[in-house]
Formats: sequence, structure tokens, C-alpha cells
Amino acid sequence: MLDIIVLLITLAITYAIGSYIEKRHFKKIQQREIALIKKPIISYGAKKWNTKREIKKIEMVTGEVVISGDYFKTFVAGLKNFFGGRLTTFESIMDRARREAILRMREKARNAHIIVNARIEAIMLDCDSPEANAIPKCAVIAYGTAVTYAPQK
Amino acid sequence: MIITTIETIPGMKIKAHCGLVSGSTVRAKNVFQDFGAGLKNVVGGELKSYTTLLTEAREEAIARMVEQAKRLKANAIINVRLATSSVTTGAAEVYAYGTAVEVVKPESAV
Repeated sequence: MLDIIVLLITLAITYAIGSYIEKRHFKKIQQREIALIKKPIISYGAKKWNTKREIKKIEMVTGEVVISGDYFKTFVAGLKNFFGGRLTTFESIMDRARREAILRMREKARNAHIIVNARIEAIMLDCDSPEANAIPKCAVIAYGTAVTYAPQK
Repeated sequence: MIITTIETIPGMKIKAHCGLVSGSTVRAKNVFQDFGAGLKNVVGGELKSYTTLLTEAREEAIARMVEQAKRLKANAIINVRLATSSVTTGAAEVYAYGTAVEVVKPESAV
């Protein structure tokens, strides 16, 4: 009986704090995405990209982030896994992590004109850990080539 | 050393290919930082110590790749890719690989 009460309290607390953190994070991501719109332009998969304009600087930029799931999300996903279907609690984690990584990459290349051939590399850590109640975390690296043109004469 | 994720370097001409270069690293945090991250893990959100772990791992993997390219007397690496894998709990592997090339400015090309 006590076990169930402790479990319910833990679920309630982690749900409250977890969803608060997630909502705040989504709001922040949205604001930053609007602030950075088209600055720099970003292209995914232009491997043979070339230009006739003079180039001042060309470098590789990256952005990385690790976002953790919470106890509630893992518990719900564990239940849902039994019946199949969408695991919405993990969808939001992956979404947050990828968008955050892309934003960090773009913020680092704020003064560049274009990012070409951006790629996203994602991995779930601890998702098949032998520990019974390990909570998965999503690690994402976004990377691309930032190109800055020389000022036009 | 110029590093790009595309097949060319705009404004430069590729003179010679030096072959595949790669660098990898496996890193882990110490027990105290793991404990702090474990607490944060329960409520969710960004794990800052793991993010720095990933940043350090990426920097080191690229540094090793660059070192290898320098030994081949290349001055640029093109088509660079990063790959990650989870080795064990609390550790991450980052693997960086690309093609080392020698590039020259078009004017000076023979």
C-alpha cells in the first residue's frame, strides 16, 4: 500500500515539475526561432554547394545538447509500450532536443550568411541500461558548414 | 586547417587527396557529476554536465582527426561527419571522420 502511495506522489511531483520545465523550454525555443528567422539561411544536404562570390570565412559549426526525460514520461512510455501506438511523452523530448541543438548551431554562426549541408546526429543514452529505473536521455549534435561572404565591392 | 561538411571548398581548388582521416573519443563524467545529473534526470530538462561532456568529446574527436590530417600534410578536411554511440551508462563516444585533402587557391594552381 505504502509503495503505491509513494509511486503516485513521485509521479505527481515529476509530472508537475517536468511539464513546467518542458513548457518553459518550448516557449524559449519558439522565441529564439522567431528571433533567428533566416539568419543565417540553413540548408540540409547540399553536398556539391558552390558559389561565385568571394568567401571571407568558412568553418564547421556545431551545436550539442542533452535533454533528459523524467520519471513520469518514462513510466507512461513503459505502460504505453505494452499496447503500442505513439509514445507522445518521448516525441516531445526528441523534438525539444533536436530544435535546441539546431538553434545552438545557428546562434554560434549568427554572423555567417549561410549554413550548408547541416546534419543532425541523435542518440538515446541509457535506453537499454541494465538498471531497472534508468531514465533515457536524448543527446543530439547538429553540425554544418558556416560560410561568410566577403563584403561586396 | 579548413573543415567543411560539403564535398568541396568554395573558392579553392583540390590539388590532392590524402585519404580518410578519423578521430574518436570515449568520455565519462566523474561520480559526483553523475549523481547531480541523476537528480536532475528525475524531473527532466537539460543536463548541463552531459552537454559539456558532449562538447568536450566532439572537440577532442575533431582535434585528433586534424592531427592525423596534419601528419598526412593535408591543409583541409572535407565531407566531415560526426557519429555518436552510447558505450556504457554515463559515457558517450563521438567519432569524427572526413577526407583529408590538399587545397590551393586557383591562381597558384599549376
